[in-house]
Amino acid sequence: MKPILTVQELDLVIPNRTLFSKLSFEIPQGALTCITGENGVGKTTLVKHLLQDLTSNYTAHTHFAVSRDEVQYVPQHRSIDDEYPLCIRDFVAFGLKKRSFFRHKKENEAKLAQILAETKLTQIQIQPLGRASGGEKQRAYLAQALCADPKLLILDEATASLDTTNKHELLRLLKQVMQQHGLTILFITHDPELIEMYADYELHLENQRGTLISKEAK
Amino acid sequence: MFDYDFMRYAFIAGVFIALICSVMGTFVVARQTSFFTHTLSEIGFSGASFGIFIGISPLAGMLLFTSASALLIGLSGERLGRREASISVFSGIFLGLGILFLSLSDKQANYATSILFGSIVGIDQSDIEVLVALSIFLLVIITLLFKRLAYNSFDSQGAQYNQRLNKTISIIFLVMLALTISITAQIVGALLIFVLLTIPASATKYFAHRLHQMIILNFIFILFGVWFGLYLSYLTDWPVSFFITVIEALIYGAALLKEHIANHQK
Repeated sequence: MKPILTVQELDLVIPNRTLFSKLSFEIPQGALTCITGENGVGKTTLVKHLLQDLTSNYTAHTHFAVSRDEVQYVPQHRSIDDEYPLCIRDFVAFGLKKRSFFRHKKENEAKLAQILAETKLTQIQIQPLGRASGGEKQRAYLAQALCADPKLLILDEATASLDTTNKHELLRLLKQVMQQHGLTILFITHDPELIEMYADYELHLENQRGTLISKEAK
Repeated sequence: MFDYDFMRYAFIAGVFIALICSVMGTFVVARQTSFFTHTLSEIGFSGASFGIFIGISPLAGMLLFTSASALLIGLSGERLGRREASISVFSGIFLGLGILFLSLSDKQANYATSILFGSIVGIDQSDIEVLVALSIFLLVIITLLFKRLAYNSFDSQGAQYNQRLNKTISIIFLVMLALTISITAQIVGALLIFVLLTIPASATKYFAHRLHQMIILNFIFILFGVWFGLYLSYLTDWPVSFFITVIEALIYGAALLKEHIANHQK
């Protein structure tokens, strides 16, 4: 199958350090690929760099088979504290791309309801996001991204602050929405258990290079 | 009370101030840039006295200074505006400059008081026309960009990666904030403007969680504060800014009390 992302001979240098040199890999479409590697190897920096290239249409080393609008990136850190007042529903709705209140009201509401249901947030949609649990917050971030109809979804350490039960629940949900929405998912993590159980592919970053390993996800 | 032109103007001004401050205040509190807002109003004071000094209107000077600072902060990244040290430096310098311009323009000291703390007696018909025109301009931009501004304010990290032209939206917001401050300063004064932009919006957090409800409630809190403040000021001849501040502070106090009780009942 045609890759959704092709990287060729990419050199990535940050001040005082070379993170990657002549990095080449392909990300297959319609699958869940985990990006792995030691802390500090540059997983997040790499992803942000690739997104930057896509935004500025710089295709010398990076080629995406999708447009920038079809990519959603869920960052690792969000400043949502206990007192964050906005309800989950309105937070999720920020992802909707058709913004005209009058022309798209019905369409947007239907889509929002469907995505809230898929991510099991319907019951708590009018609760403030600040009061939601870690797992609920991650589902809300996912739901917001889904509202934008992405083809490629990139999650950065989404399970880092979750307990075992919630981790597995989130990954099962990811696999499910991947099927339903025809998504490709890139998942930055270093949790071996999750990679073993859910990854279709693993992109392992080490020694300034990357290797794509095919996994038999259960 | 309404026999006086300036009172009628002040009540009308209150409606428009409440309209724009309800939306802008909700966003300011969501962005956690209350203190930058405060600094921006001090920059506004500086601009107003600069306007007097070089002989253009105080409002023009204010618009000039606040918009320029907003652009500067927007281009260099809003993080600068959250840094405590840089905020202190800016506050200090601009208050100092404000005093300098005033003393150079040999106006009396009470002029400074009226810029800093506002004066309802100072409002005339041309002021109200400028205020209404600028408010309508702001409301049009708010209507056009509402969802983008909301995303940018309530989920800055998400919007940074997933909203197109997000940085431009940030800059537009900061310039809108500069305009809001310049307009509103006429009634409540440069120093107390941030009362209206931050206190009621901080109180609504405890009562409403839907975005539109937050804005409507914020509008009610602000309008009530301004109108009731004007009325009390008329009765007592005490400064209107004092009453507005006290009313908004009481609303905030009530919100905290409500939250405290709700937490204890759980």
